[in-house]
Amino acid sequence: MTLDQVIFVISAAAAIFGATMMIAQRNPIASVLYLILSLLAQAVIYIQLGALFLGAILVVVYAGAILVLFLFVIMLLNLRGGEDLGRPTPVLSRLAKYVLALLFLVEMISITYQGFQADVGAGVMALAPDGFGSVTMVATRLFREYLYPFELTGVLLLVAVVGAVVIAKRDTHKESPGGAQGKVRTDESPTESVKG
Amino acid sequence: MVPLSAFLILAIVLFVIGIIGVMLSRNMIVLFMSIELMLNAANLSLIAFSRALSLVDGHAIVFLVLTVAAAEAAVGLAMIVTIYRNRDSINIDRLSLMKW
Repeated sequence: MTLDQVIFVISAAAAIFGATMMIAQRNPIASVLYLILSLLAQAVIYIQLGALFLGAILVVVYAGAILVLFLFVIMLLNLRGGEDLGRPTPVLSRLAKYVLALLFLVEMISITYQGFQADVGAGVMALAPDGFGSVTMVATRLFREYLYPFELTGVLLLVAVVGAVVIAKRDTHKESPGGAQGKVRTDESPTESVKG
Repeated sequence: MVPLSAFLILAIVLFVIGIIGVMLSRNMIVLFMSIELMLNAANLSLIAFSRALSLVDGHAIVFLVLTVAAAEAAVGLAMIVTIYRNRDSINIDRLSLMKW
């Protein structure tokens, strides 16, 4: 085994382990931390594939910002893993879901093999050109061929931010200042009455 | 040298784990994280293909997908906060009000 293969096997195992543990955990905070482990392993694979800029972006933006947002919400809602999640799914329905997922896995892997075993040259990684995946190269492509989608992304982010604020905002018209509705919690009612 | 199919199979396995998480989890936050995992698996296959073809187009698309994932996380978490405030639960099965 070359060093390349050793790095791939270790990081692939870490990525799959983190993803599996993320689903299996009952405590949401442990779940987020396992997803961060999986993302860090995926960042190693990105860098192995020559995507240096995107590997850094994955760590900084994904593990550093989006998953911290998840952690923030979990701590805001004070979830500890002991929540009532209703009655468990029936065994038969759970089994059917596993079978469906397995079927999908087998189908995708067989498609991959049919596509890439026939042509040996396609299965081997081509030699990357100099500076492949660097900021310069990605930015040149992004600001020339993909300029229009890139600008649309800015609009999407604006809409998402405004939408998130509107959705998460407390509706002050419906809740009376004195806390007549049962949903107003006692620790928040002073601020409610100030607003009202 | 690691073949391209190894990266693709890793992406497929991660995607299927995400599918299982979406289908089986009753916790809304874990469900959202499973969707993030599926997006990342798609990104991994895009990057593997762009390396195999020596084109950086895949990297630009991954950049756009990351932005969409960030927007989705922001809106989704705002929805989770609102639902939790109204229902006092993060159980996805409780949201069957609009089910046919």
